[in-house]
Amino acid sequence: MSLRSITLATLTKDIRLEWRSRDAINSMLFFSLLVVVIFSFSFDPNAEESREIAGGLIWVAFLFAAIVALNQTWARELRNQVLDAYRVSPAPANALFLAKAVGNFILVTLLEAVMAPLFMVFYNLRALGAAWQLLAIAILGTWALVVNGTFFAAMSLRTRSREIMLPLLLFPISIPAVQSMVEATRIILSGDGSARFWVVLLLTYDVVFTTACLGLFKTILQAE
Amino acid sequence: MKKIFPIFAALTALLLAYGFYQAMWVAPTERTMGDVQRIFYYHVPSAWTAFCLFFTNLIASIVYLIRKNPKADALAVASAEVGVVFCTIVLVTGPIWARPVWGIWWTWDVRLTTTLVLWLIYVSYLVLRRFSDTAQTPVLAAVLAIFGALDVPLVYFSIWFFRTQHPQPVMGNGGSLDPRMLHAFLINLLAFSCFGAVVCWWRYGLEREQREVEELEALESLHGVSR
Repeated sequence: MSLRSITLATLTKDIRLEWRSRDAINSMLFFSLLVVVIFSFSFDPNAEESREIAGGLIWVAFLFAAIVALNQTWARELRNQVLDAYRVSPAPANALFLAKAVGNFILVTLLEAVMAPLFMVFYNLRALGAAWQLLAIAILGTWALVVNGTFFAAMSLRTRSREIMLPLLLFPISIPAVQSMVEATRIILSGDGSARFWVVLLLTYDVVFTTACLGLFKTILQAE
Repeated sequence: MKKIFPIFAALTALLLAYGFYQAMWVAPTERTMGDVQRIFYYHVPSAWTAFCLFFTNLIASIVYLIRKNPKADALAVASAEVGVVFCTIVLVTGPIWARPVWGIWWTWDVRLTTTLVLWLIYVSYLVLRRFSDTAQTPVLAAVLAIFGALDVPLVYFSIWFFRTQHPQPVMGNGGSLDPRMLHAFLINLLAFSCFGAVVCWWRYGLEREQREVEELEALESLHGVSR
């Protein structure tokens, strides 16, 4: 079986499981809704201020919500020793990683698609720059969070209190990605200057860490 | 090697004392900043030592991933721990110096932020080592070290895009530095490098001994079971 068919099989399995239970997506949605409401209470900005701060709020909310999805990525495979079975099977390790990363990507993108309009409503946002660029930033930014998040979730599987371990590992490494997303979003919303530098930086981050994850995932999977 | 260690440690102590004397009494007081500038003789050497130790950690991690040599892993633990301590010194002495000179404790400038992120990454490295107690911890930690090393240039460029406030390095361009200041600085740079090496070396030995003890205990309990 090829890398592609195994990736697709694992991905469909995960999506079907998620579709039937809807555990992760529901808790993520409610969680980020709570974050939006709490932020909205605590800042209560006018239209000009919200353009300046909304980029930060949106991405922090999505980052926190993504942790919920990322944490349960591998938990399912621990039960019934699925991961051990995978380890001894001849299937390429990267197929498993790609399937998990793409699955998380779809989940977080869904969340963003639902939550972004809510943000617009709560903060009275109207982009002054080119709004379509936000789409590119959302795609690149989500992948940046998810690819490392999936990898570090696999790493923290064998640690004590692994739920707390994931953000501790993921946040320091994600700092340049989060900064790029926040800055690019702020620039587009407030319409001053070009977001090109940040998009290029985000793209570089994606390429560098996707390569690193694919190169090192086998080591992590076999390490037990 | 064990015989050299006390000699090396004694030499380092002498160097540190001599460096202290040079920095506090011999080097002239800086004209605009005053005595607070003397923190420079500790701030920059600590930063240099911390970066050297983190670099050692990266090399040791890569060697461990390739060779699976437990010595490389012990060196990685030692250099990460000691590196975090030196990096903490940098992050503490920095604001103490910045407050009277720049009028602010902290600014999001290239070198400050990169150092802070590096410190955060290595603290998370130590947390991972602490929270994971399987035999595969070294592998996970080594992988994290590589991810951290990939991250640092990206952090640097992301902050570099903002204007930097940090003083540019004064060595090499023009000789605006008093030769006595340069002397004190170089002595301290050498002393701190040796100091970092001594502590790291010591910690490395300790780590190796600790692992030997653990192995012996495990063997003994196995023998106890078979009897």
